[in-house]
Amino acid sequence: MSIDTAPSASATALDATSGAATRRDILHRLLMTIGPILAALVIAGCILLAVGVDPLAYYGYVLEKGLFSPLGIQQTLTRMAPLLFLAAGLIVAFRAGMWNLGGDGQFLLGAVTAAASAPVFVEIMPAWLALICSFLIAMVVAMVWSLVPALLRAYQGVNEIITTLMMTFLGTSFANVLVKLAFRDPSTTVPQTRTLPVEDRLPRLFDTTITSGLVLGLATIIIVHLVMTRTAFGLKLRIVGANPRAAVHAGLGVPGLTIAVFAISAGLAGLAGAVDIIGVQGNVRADWNPAYGLAVIPAVFLARMNGFAAIGFVFLLSVLSIGGESAARRLGVPNHFTLVLVSIVLIVLALAEYVDHRFNQSRKA
Amino acid sequence: MSSQSSSSVEKRDIVALEGVTKRFPGIVANDSINLSIRPGEVHVLLGENGAGKSTLIGMLSGLQQPDEGRILVDGRPTPITSPRHALALGIGTVFQHMMLVPTLTVAENLLLGGSWWQRPRTEELEARVAEITSSLGITVKLHAKVSELSLGEQQQVEIVRAMVRNSRLLILDESTSMLTPKGIEELGALMRRLVEKGLAIVFITHKLKEAAAFGDRISVLKLGRKVGEIPPERFRALGEQEIISEIVELMFGKQKDDPEAAERPIRTVQAQAAPLLQVADLAVAATDNAPGLSSISFDIRPGEILGIAGIDGNGQKQLAEALAGQRTATSGSVRLEGAPIEGLSVGERRQRGLRYLTDDRLGEGTVGTFPVSINFFLKQVGAAPFWRGGVEQRAEIDRRAAELVREYDVRTPSLKTPVARLSGGNIQKVLLARELAEGAKVVIFNKPTYGLDLANTLASRQRIRDTAARGLAVLLISTDLEELLSMCDRIAVIANGALVGTVANADDARTKVGRLMIGLAA
Repeated sequence: MSIDTAPSASATALDATSGAATRRDILHRLLMTIGPILAALVIAGCILLAVGVDPLAYYGYVLEKGLFSPLGIQQTLTRMAPLLFLAAGLIVAFRAGMWNLGGDGQFLLGAVTAAASAPVFVEIMPAWLALICSFLIAMVVAMVWSLVPALLRAYQGVNEIITTLMMTFLGTSFANVLVKLAFRDPSTTVPQTRTLPVEDRLPRLFDTTITSGLVLGLATIIIVHLVMTRTAFGLKLRIVGANPRAAVHAGLGVPGLTIAVFAISAGLAGLAGAVDIIGVQGNVRADWNPAYGLAVIPAVFLARMNGFAAIGFVFLLSVLSIGGESAARRLGVPNHFTLVLVSIVLIVLALAEYVDHRFNQSRKA
Repeated sequence: MSSQSSSSVEKRDIVALEGVTKRFPGIVANDSINLSIRPGEVHVLLGENGAGKSTLIGMLSGLQQPDEGRILVDGRPTPITSPRHALALGIGTVFQHMMLVPTLTVAENLLLGGSWWQRPRTEELEARVAEITSSLGITVKLHAKVSELSLGEQQQVEIVRAMVRNSRLLILDESTSMLTPKGIEELGALMRRLVEKGLAIVFITHKLKEAAAFGDRISVLKLGRKVGEIPPERFRALGEQEIISEIVELMFGKQKDDPEAAERPIRTVQAQAAPLLQVADLAVAATDNAPGLSSISFDIRPGEILGIAGIDGNGQKQLAEALAGQRTATSGSVRLEGAPIEGLSVGERRQRGLRYLTDDRLGEGTVGTFPVSINFFLKQVGAAPFWRGGVEQRAEIDRRAAELVREYDVRTPSLKTPVARLSGGNIQKVLLARELAEGAKVVIFNKPTYGLDLANTLASRQRIRDTAARGLAVLLISTDLEELLSMCDRIAVIANGALVGTVANADDARTKVGRLMIGLAA
C-alpha cells in the first residue's frame, strides 16, 4: 500500500528515503510471518513425535492430500469459498474495532435459511433468480441476528465480544431447532432440510468439482479490501476502529456506523453459509456445525486484516483442514490436530511480535 | 515541635530531586525540577491539573523514570526502578484513587504484597497496627470489609498500610478531593502527628486553603516548571491570607524573566459589528466525572478574542464540546451569524464555519496510527475534491496535504508518517491547519499551547492572533492567565460550570481575573 506522493518538489524531497524503508519493512514483515510459522511446524512436529507419530509423514500426507492430489486441491479450493466470505466479514468488523465473534451462529442461520428457501424457490422461478433470492434471504436473516449485539454496542456500549458469543450459542441451537422442526424434509428419516438438486446448485468451474462460490468469495474479499482501504466509507469505519473518540470529534455518526459494521459483517457470514449450502452441501443436516467462523479468525489476524493476505492464509487453512482430515485418518491422530497446529502458529506469532516490539523499544532507548 | 530543635543531620533531605525532567510524546511534563523533602515537614505541592504533579509523584513512587536529572535518596543518587523498590526505600504513596481491594477485609489488604510462599502473619500485623494506630490516635477496623468503610476510613487504612511497611516518606496525592470537610480536618491533624513522629510528607493539592492550613513548605508547579517555593521560616512568619495571596501571585502572577510575556496588543474591534457567535443561557447536565454547565451567555464579534480563564476542570472542556456539538446541551441557544445552530450535528456546525481545536491532540484530535496526510482531512471524509463518489483521490489528498505542510511549517519526515510520531508542536500545527482552513468563521481554541515548547507556543499564539485579525471570532480557553492577558480583548472567568464574571483586558485585568478565579469578587 504505497502512497504515491504529489509531484511537488518538497513532497518528493520528504519521501526520498521511504522507498528503501518500505522494502525493508516488507522483508521484515515477511520474516516475522514465515519465521513463526516454521517454528510452529517444528513445535507441532515435536508434539507429534511425543505421541508416536512421524511428523514428516503427517506433514507429507497433509501436503499430498490438501495440495498435490488433483481431487484434494479441488476440495481445498471448494472449502475456501465459505471461508473467504467469513474472512471478508471479519475484516470489516475487526478494522472497525468491533470483535464480531458470532460468525458461527450467523453462518448457520444463513445456511439453514438458504437450505430451506432454495428448493422452494427453484420450483417457482428460474434457477438463477432462485439462488439470488436465497442468498439475499440468508444475508438478511444473519443481519437481523446481529441486531441485538449491534444495538447494545451502539447505544449502551455493551461489549460485543460477549454478546456476539452469546448470540452464536443461541444461533446454532436455533438453527438446529429450525432444521428439526420447521424445515425438516418429510421424505427422509434423518432430520435434515430438503436437498437442493445438484443441477440447481451453483455451477462448478470448468470440468472440475470446484464450486463457482470460490470466484464469488474471491471477488467479495477483494471488494471488501478495496472498500476498506480506498473509500470514504471504509476510512470512516477505520477511524471508528482506531480511535472512537476522534470519530466523535470529527462528527461521524458512530452508532449508525456501528450498526452498519455489524450488518455487513453478519451479512457476509450469512452469505458464507448460503454459499456453502447452495454451492456444495445441498442441505443442512441436524447438528451440522463446521465451526468455520472461529477457525477463520486466526487466519484474519495472521493476515493483519489485509484482504489479499487473508486469501493466502485462508488457502493455507483450507489445505490444513482438508489435508489434516486425511492425514489424521491415515495416522490415527485426532482430527482436531489441525486446530492445535493453528493455535501453536498463533501463539508463536504473538511471542515473536512481543519480542520484536521489545527489541525495537530497547534499540530506540 | 521537634522540627525546630532538630540537628542539621536530621534535617538532611530524605529525598531530593535535582533538575528532574520528564517528557511524554509531545509534552514536557516536568521541566528541570528541584525539590527537597525533609523529615518532620509537610511539603505541599501545589498546582493545577496538568501542572506536572502526578508525573512527579509517578517518578517518586517508581512508576516512571526521569529522562534527565537525578533523584537522591539519603543523599545518594538512586534510580527508583519500580513501585516495589520505592517501598523498600521507605517511600509510600497514597494515590488519588483508592488502591484497596473492596471485597477483602482491611487485614487482608494490609497483608497483600507479602511473600507468596509464606503464611500471612496475621497476629504480627495486628500487634503492629495496634502500635501504629494508638500512637496516631486513630482506630482501624481490621476485620471490616473495605467496601463497608467510608472514604476517609479507607484513606486511613492506606496511610496505616504505608506505615506498616516502614515508610519514611508518605506521599498523599490529592487526598482531600473525595473527603468531607470534617474528613479533611481529620486528615490535616493526622498529617501533623505523622510529621511529629519524624516522617516526611508530600501533600499534593490544588486547594489553596489546605496548602496554607496543613503545610510547612510549599512548592508551586505551573505547566511542568517549579515557579516558586515558600520555605518553612517564611511560612511561619506569614498569616494564612498572606500565604494565599503569595501563592496566587506565584500561580497566576507575572514572572520577571518570562520570555512568553508579550505586551497586550492594541486591536480595534468594531463594537457596533453584529456578533458572529451568540451564546445564551447554555446549560449542560453534569455527568459522573465532569461538571455541568449552567446559564452560560456571551457574544463574540468579528475580530474579537474572548478568553475563558479558570482553574482546570471547571467546565472548560464541557463548554467547548457543547459549542462544537459533541455534548448535548439541556437548554440555551447558540447562534452563528444570527442563525440558531444548537440543534445541528458536529459536522453541520463545522460546515457552517464553527471550528473546534481540541486540547486532547492525540486522544481525540487525531488518529495516531494514520498518516499525516489523512489526519488533515479527518473532518472532511467523503467531501470533494478529496473523495469523489466515495472513492479516495490520493493524488488530490497528497497535493493539498503537501501544501498545508508547507504553509503551516509542519516538520514531518513524510506525508505517510503516522501522526503520533510527530512532536506535540507539529501535531498542533496539523490541527491548526485542519481547523483554520477555508470556511472558518468562529474558532474555539482549547488550551492551544498546553505542553508545547516556547517556539511552538509563540507560533501558535501568532496563528490565533492572525485568525482574529482576519475577522474571525475567537474563543480562547486557557488555564494560562499570561496567555489570556497577552491576547484577549475580554476575559471571562469560569468556575463550577458557570461564568462568574467578564473583565475587559485593561491594566487591572490581572488582579481582577485572579480574584475571580479563586472565588473572590472582582
